[in-house]
Amino acid sequence: MSPETEPLVKVENLAVAFRGGVRAVDGVDLTVRRGEVVALIGESGSGKSVTLRAIMRLNPERTSRVEGRIRVAGQDVMALPKRALADFRGRTVAMIFQEPLLALDPVYTLGRQIAEAVRRHEGVSEAEARARALAMFERVRIPSPERRLDAYPHEMSGGMRQRAMIALALACRPQLLLADEPTTALDATVQIQILLLLRELQRELGLSAIFVTHDLGAAVEVADRIAVMYAGRIVEEGSARQVVLSPQHPYTVGLLKSRADGALAKGARLVTIPGSPPDLARRPPGCAFAPRCPLADEACRRDPPVVSPAPGHRAACWRVPGADAAEPAQRADAA
Amino acid sequence: MTPALDPRDRGGPGQPLVSVRGLVKHFPIKKGLGRARAVVQAVDGIDFDILKGETLGVVGESGCGKSTTARLLMGLIPHDRGDLLFDGEAIGGRDLPLRDFRRQAQMVFQDSYSSLNPRMTIEASISFGPRVHGTPARRAIEEARALLARVGLEPARFAGRYPHELSGGQRQRVNIARALALNPRLVVLDEAVSALDKSVEAQVLNLLLDLKEEFGLTYLFISHDLNVVRFICDRVAVMYLGRVVEIGPAEAVLGAPAHPYTAALLASMPSLDPDRRTEEPPLAGDPPNPIDPPSGCRFHPRCAWGEPVCAKEDPALADIGPHHAVACLARQPGAAHSRAPLLEREAA
Ligand SMILES: Nc1ncnc2c1ncn2[C@@H]1O[C@H](COP(=O)(O)OP(=O)(O)O)[C@@H](O)[C@H]1O
Ligand SMILES: Nc1ncnc2c1ncn2[C@@H]1O[C@H](COP(=O)(O)OP(=O)(O)O)[C@@H](O)[C@H]1O
Ligand SMILES: [Mg+2]
Ligand SMILES: [Mg+2]
Repeated sequence: MSPETEPLVKVENLAVAFRGGVRAVDGVDLTVRRGEVVALIGESGSGKSVTLRAIMRLNPERTSRVEGRIRVAGQDVMALPKRALADFRGRTVAMIFQEPLLALDPVYTLGRQIAEAVRRHEGVSEAEARARALAMFERVRIPSPERRLDAYPHEMSGGMRQRAMIALALACRPQLLLADEPTTALDATVQIQILLLLRELQRELGLSAIFVTHDLGAAVEVADRIAVMYAGRIVEEGSARQVVLSPQHPYTVGLLKSRADGALAKGARLVTIPGSPPDLARRPPGCAFAPRCPLADEACRRDPPVVSPAPGHRAACWRVPGADAAEPAQRADAA
Repeated sequence: MTPALDPRDRGGPGQPLVSVRGLVKHFPIKKGLGRARAVVQAVDGIDFDILKGETLGVVGESGCGKSTTARLLMGLIPHDRGDLLFDGEAIGGRDLPLRDFRRQAQMVFQDSYSSLNPRMTIEASISFGPRVHGTPARRAIEEARALLARVGLEPARFAGRYPHELSGGQRQRVNIARALALNPRLVVLDEAVSALDKSVEAQVLNLLLDLKEEFGLTYLFISHDLNVVRFICDRVAVMYLGRVVEIGPAEAVLGAPAHPYTAALLASMPSLDPDRRTEEPPLAGDPPNPIDPPSGCRFHPRCAWGEPVCAKEDPALADIGPHHAVACLARQPGAAHSRAPLLEREAA
C-alpha cells in the first residue's frame, strides 16, 4: 500500500491487562483512515480510555501489560524509543479529555502553555510560538483571543476551557486527535457547540480522530464510523448509518432500543438490557455479552466469529446471519 | 388513585401537593479580594405547583437554579422570600413542622455516594431514617430488606455490603430504597439517573415508574436530559437564570415549545440521524452567570428573537394555552415586540 492509502492508524489484536488480572482490552482491531473520524462508544469500564491511552503509550508501564500491534502514521508505536515517543506525543498524536483542568497547567497562562508546546516540538522563536497560540485561539473561536491568552485556566468558563484545551492539542499540527469524552461534562447547549467545532476543525485540518464517548448522539454528530465496545472488545463496527440504522449485534440493538427518546406511549416502560457488564477479572468464556443477551444459546460460549453483513460493517456474534459459515475471530488469548 | 386514600392527605386530590409562590434565594458571595460583595440570584421569584400523583420535570442549563429550588423545597436551606406549601400547609410552619414534613418528602441526588454513610452497611443505611423516627430496630431492618428486594437487589447478597462494594446503578437503587423507607409522599430526584450508563439508566427509570404507581408517589424530577424528561414527566418547568420561563404539559412544552430558550435547548440535543446532523449550534457561548443577570428578559442577549424591548421589560409568566404558561414578550398579547400577538380588543 502507498503511504497515502495506508490507514493512519492500524491497531491489531490489542490487549491490555492490569496487575490483578483485569483484562481491560482484549483483542481490539481498529483502523482509522486519513481524515476519518471513528467514534468508540460503550459503557463505563468497557475499555475505551485504556484503548486510547495505549495508542499514546500512556498506560502505566509498571502495572500494565500491552500486547498487539499499533501503527500510527507509519510508526510502530510499541517500539518507539523514549525520545521518539516524546516527539510522537503532541506532534503526531494529541489528546483531549473530559476534564480540561487535567490537561492544562494551573500555574501558567494559556498562551504560555501553548507557546511552550510549540517551541518544544518545533524549535521556533518565542514570537512565532506566541503568534501560533493566538492563531489557535482564533481558530477555536475564543472571543477576545488576545486578552484570553493571558488568562489562567481557572479564570475561564467550562466551554472556553474546552476550547483552550483543543487549541493546545492542535497547536503542533498533529495528524491524529484522540478525544476522550470531551463533551460529557458540558451542558447540551455547549456540547453541541464543541462537537460542531471539532467537526469543522477536523475537516479543515484533514485530521483523523478517535472520539470516545458513551453518548450515541454525540457519536452520530461527529463520526464517520462507529465502533461499539463491550467488555474490552469491539462487538460491532460500521459507518454511522450502518450502526445506527441497521445494528447487528444484540448489544447495539439493545442500546438503541433502551433509549428514552422513542415515541413511547405515556406510562409505557423502556425496553432494557438486563443485568450489568461482567467483571473483567472474571470474564465469561466466549461472548461476554451472552449472560445479558436475549438471543444467547450454547454456541455463545465459544468466541464469536466476525461477520460482515455489508461492506465496511462487521459484528462479532454467533446470532448474526452468516455467522455459522464464518471463521472464528482471532483473539489475543487464543494466540 | 392511591393519593386520595392516603390518611395523610389534607386537601384532597384537587389541592396541589406542593405550591411554590414567589420563591427567592440569593447567595451573598465575595467577589474577588476586597471587592464589593455580590449576590448570586440563584432562585429569583418562581411559582409552580406539583399536583398529587404527577411527575413534574425541571430542566435548564447548569447554574439556572434547579438544585437550589430542590434544596429550598426540602427545607435543606432557608429561603429569603416566598411561600412553600405542602398539601396546603406552610413547610416548617406551625401546622407542618420540618420534622413532620421530612417524613413525607425525600430526595435522591446525582452522586450516589453522597447520602450513604461509607461505614454503614446498606441495610443499616436504609433503616437509619425509620429508626430515627421511632421504628423498632428489628422491624426497620426487616422493612429495609423488603425494600432492597423491591428495588431489585437481592437482600441475601446485598444487605450486608458497603457502598463502595456496589456499582453506581446498584448504589442508586439503594438510595431510592433509602428514600422510600420513610414512606414519603414526595420524592425529589435531582439528576438521580444522570451519572448512570444508558442501559442502567433505562432500568432505573422503569423502576421509578413502577414504584410511583405502587406507592402512589409524586415526583419532582430534575434532569438535563430532555429525552428522559419527556419519557418520565407529566409536566415540565424550564428554568433560565433563576426563573421559570415556561411550564406546561410535557407534550406541549417539549413538542411545541413556546419559549425560544426551550426551543434552543431542544435543538441542542444531538441528532440520532446520521443523515440529518446538526448544522448550527442553536445557542452561542456558555450559560451566563447569575451574579449579574441581564436586564429585562434574562435570555435576551442569547435570544434569536431579541429586540430592544426585551432589554427593558421583564416578562411575567402568562398563560398561552391549557395549563401552559410562558414568560416571553413575543408571546404576550399587546407587548411591544414585533412578534407579539395583538390584544383581543385591538384584533376586533
Ligand atoms: N491504571 C489502571 N490500573 C488498573 N485498572 C485499570 C487502570 N486503568 C483502567 N483500568 C480498568 O480497566 C477497565 C477499563 O477502563 P476504561 O478504559 O477506563 O473504561 P472506559 O470505557 O470507561 O473508558 C476498568 O475496569 C478499569 O477499572
Ligand atoms: N451555597 C451557595 N453559595 C453560593 N452560590 C451558590 C450556592 N449554591 C448554589 N449557588 C449558585 O447558585 C446558582 C444556581 O445553582 P444550582 O441551583 O446548583 O444550579 P443547577 O442545579 O441548576 O445547576 C449557581 O450559580 C451556583 O453557583
Ligand atoms: Mg473512560
Ligand atoms: Mg444541580
